[in-house]
Amino acid sequence: MNVFSPLFVMCLQFIAVLFAAPAFAGWVRMVKCWFQGRKSAGLFQPYRDIFKLLHKDVVLAENASWIFRFTPFLVFGTTVLAGVIIPILSIDLPLSATADAIALVALFTIARFFTALAGLDIGTAFGGMGSSREKTVASMSEPAMLMAIFTVSLVSQSTSISHMVNVIAHGEFVLRPSLAFALLAFILIALAETGRIPVDNPATHLELTMIHEAMILEYSGRHLALIEWAGMMKLFLFTTLGIALFFPWGIAAAGDITFLPVAILLLLIKLFFAGIGLVLIETGLAKMRLFRIQEFLGSAFLFATLGLLSYFMLE
Amino acid sequence: MNIAAQINSILAALVLLTAFGLLVQRRIYGLLHLFAWQGLFLSISTGVVGYVARQHHLYISSILTLALKVIVLPYILHTLIVRLKIHKEVETVVNIPTTMLMGIALVIFSYHLTAPIRELSTLVTRSTIAVALATVMLGLLMMITRRHAVTQIIGFLAMENGLFFAATSATYGMPLVVELGVGLDILIAAFIFGIFFFHIRETFDSLDVEQMARLKEEE
Amino acid sequence: MTLIILLGVSFFAAIVLAFVGDRRFAPEINILGSAATFIASVVLAVHVYYEGPMIAGRNFFFVDAFNVYLTVLTAFVSMTTAIFSRRYMRREREHGRVSHWGMRFYHAMFQLFIFAMLLALLTNNIGVLWIAMELATLSTVLLVSLYRTPRAIEAAWKYFILCGVGIAQALFGTVLLYFAAEKVLGEGGEALLWTNLIQVSGQLEPTVLRLAFVFLMVGYGTKVGLVPLHNWLPDAHSEGPTPISAVLSGLLLNIALYALVRCKVLVDLSTGTNMAGNMMMGFGLLSILVASFSLLRRKDIKRLFAYSSIEHMGIATFAFGLGGPIATFGALLHMLVHSLTKSSIFFTVGHASQMHGTQEMSKIKGLIKGNPLVGWGLVFGVMAIVGMPPFGVFTSEFLILTAAMKEAPLLAPLLLLGLGVAFAALFRRVQPMISGAVPSNQMPVKASHIPIILHMVLVLIIGIYMPNFLSEWFHTAVGLLK
Repeated sequence: MNVFSPLFVMCLQFIAVLFAAPAFAGWVRMVKCWFQGRKSAGLFQPYRDIFKLLHKDVVLAENASWIFRFTPFLVFGTTVLAGVIIPILSIDLPLSATADAIALVALFTIARFFTALAGLDIGTAFGGMGSSREKTVASMSEPAMLMAIFTVSLVSQSTSISHMVNVIAHGEFVLRPSLAFALLAFILIALAETGRIPVDNPATHLELTMIHEAMILEYSGRHLALIEWAGMMKLFLFTTLGIALFFPWGIAAAGDITFLPVAILLLLIKLFFAGIGLVLIETGLAKMRLFRIQEFLGSAFLFATLGLLSYFMLE
Repeated sequence: MNIAAQINSILAALVLLTAFGLLVQRRIYGLLHLFAWQGLFLSISTGVVGYVARQHHLYISSILTLALKVIVLPYILHTLIVRLKIHKEVETVVNIPTTMLMGIALVIFSYHLTAPIRELSTLVTRSTIAVALATVMLGLLMMITRRHAVTQIIGFLAMENGLFFAATSATYGMPLVVELGVGLDILIAAFIFGIFFFHIRETFDSLDVEQMARLKEEE
Repeated sequence: MTLIILLGVSFFAAIVLAFVGDRRFAPEINILGSAATFIASVVLAVHVYYEGPMIAGRNFFFVDAFNVYLTVLTAFVSMTTAIFSRRYMRREREHGRVSHWGMRFYHAMFQLFIFAMLLALLTNNIGVLWIAMELATLSTVLLVSLYRTPRAIEAAWKYFILCGVGIAQALFGTVLLYFAAEKVLGEGGEALLWTNLIQVSGQLEPTVLRLAFVFLMVGYGTKVGLVPLHNWLPDAHSEGPTPISAVLSGLLLNIALYALVRCKVLVDLSTGTNMAGNMMMGFGLLSILVASFSLLRRKDIKRLFAYSSIEHMGIATFAFGLGGPIATFGALLHMLVHSLTKSSIFFTVGHASQMHGTQEMSKIKGLIKGNPLVGWGLVFGVMAIVGMPPFGVFTSEFLILTAAMKEAPLLAPLLLLGLGVAFAALFRRVQPMISGAVPSNQMPVKASHIPIILHMVLVLIIGIYMPNFLSEWFHTAVGLLK
């Protein structure tokens, strides 16, 4: 049974990521509506959106190359793959030995790279503009993200995410300033990577303010469905990554299947609060000017580096 | 007393965070609040060290810091800002991401510089002396990279904060007479620069220190 | 008891003058206060001369040959400056350059400044030394901007910020020193006392003291006006009222150097290397060269002499760094004669600028014909300051050069170069000012003859014949600074 338990966990996570992500996105939208005094469309609206899009026709531009058609599948695939690397429910994952934090960041990078190419592919102005803005954000957020993850990995002496989570969840409880700084940096970076306010408004289609939306403006039908779904999964994954790295208590240990239901319940509670936290940030801040994003991400890099330094200086 | 050392480390990290915050913050009221927070963290840290090391004069120091740096000085600055009607955002000489990078370099440099002291010290607070020197350096950087008179002064005061922190972390605080004297000096300095701002304002109609660059070396 | 009078008089006078500083008898109170301080300092000096170093006030005060000599010098120059200030400031007041609040502030701060300087000299506690130096700076900041012109305010701001930053570094150095001292002497005020530190200096940790000295050098070095930390000096010394320029140039620089030398002695005994001395020599030489070359291009008369102060402080720092009996004797003598000469020069310059209503050298002419005291005072002052015999500065510079040629022969040519360039530059600048016909816009001025004549006579006497007690005094001080 022990050989199969990692595979079992992996399948469970696979299902969780695929089908819980739209629910999480729905939860975030609901809370946002409540905060803004509107009536929400319900928790399951994202499911309905994806379902609707899957049935529609794809409208392709004449000069779209294979990149344009290939990208949605690639993005979807890499995001799901990332989903089975991150310890969401249990530390026990079959790929954890080979796929560490750097591989995770690389997966997200591949997805982002191809999205940017797809935006350029058709040759519209919006696409190109979105791609260049996205790359600007990426060029600063990726070093910061790696720095933040390295800070956590210093504490656990390894870059394997499962190992990191294990050390923090089941090691002794110590108040570490380095992790506090890394958490702060991670929140800022997550906001940038998932395209939320104050970096990018996910609900806008105004030329002045689009970043991510601009790249995928030309997609329709099942392509758009896959991309939207991947976007929701990315938000879900970043949230669970943050929870796993910084608040991992309650995660199931290796080989411990009976703990899984408790782990699932605890995860749901954490996601509940994470959603509220995200909406608080989004509602409380205004979207920044494009040129202020470098300061924002510079601060993220700064916090991550401070975390790294305070590990050496204070611990 | 492991937990106290951890609390002290977290407070040191927060002091460093506020020092960086002062470096990058644009709005004047934001600067003032950050400075007050820095003073608060400093006084709490002094209190904790006093409890751990059973040095009772540190309690007095802590209360003195609280009174001076969290209440009196921000109040004076606030009154000045209101009277001088300073609204604008603060401009910087170098842009903010570059300032942050320079700040990080200074932190690494001060960590190197204080290595011999860390090896020799037997105090529970020895790891925080690097943070203290870094705060001094960051205050200095803030004074260099800002063009507004009020923010230069806040940088100067942040530097004094760093020095006070250095005294507490290297040596459990200087003797009380010295601390009192230093506090008195800071208070006098506060009054002086308050008067100064009015003079500058009267004569130059602005508090941008770039205006005061006439005494160049052609004389 | 003497100490109480010494410090108390100036402090009390400061308070009194804060209230009555704008009355007609205020300058007289100023002079009386300074005279009382001077007499007390002489009494103290005689006591220390005959009985050796003195500790008082429960280890708070420590008076040995080194600082008592500076105390007498400080008290003397402040007294003569107070006499000078009487006529000078009266005229400034008449011409409306200072308001009545300004006068009160000026007189009160003048006495407070003297108090701070004396406290810095006499205290045994290195922390209190720092506090007094900071107090001395703070009391003069607003005096530099007394005239409220744009240039004055800019000068005062630079002074405040640069000296503030510098002295903060010195505080860090003091903290490090305390850190090292605490290990050996235990916590509390005992660890900062000079008398204790000297006794245990061998046990103080060398690495920490090295680091501490770097910070102390940067900090107190800024206040001495060493290059490259000197930017505030020309501005601050030229924009304030002339009596303030005189005491800043003549006295405060000396006291900062005193603080630096005290720290150097500790560091030398602890580390056993020559690091402190080498640093002082380096900074000193740099100051001499930069300052003397800067003298060539100056257009404002007070800035000219401010740079000359930088140069002379560089000479003294170099000499203290060189070490050894001859150089140290020369340095101590140099501090004395430079104080007297420079303040006298500033007195004459002050009157000269009052006569012409400007500080620009191109507009000042015909001083000898216009007011012989001012003109000849300036001539002799400049002759003295460039090191011409028979004035005292020649003696000190000669001693320092001799020591340099013996101990650091490669550096002696640089020293000579600096001195030579300064000689040429000063004469070139001063010659048009003193000779020639009287220009039409020159106003008559009632010059203060006593201070100028007294200072120059003293410098002359020291140059020709050094009194026995003075040389013995110096020898004792040299012995202390080994």
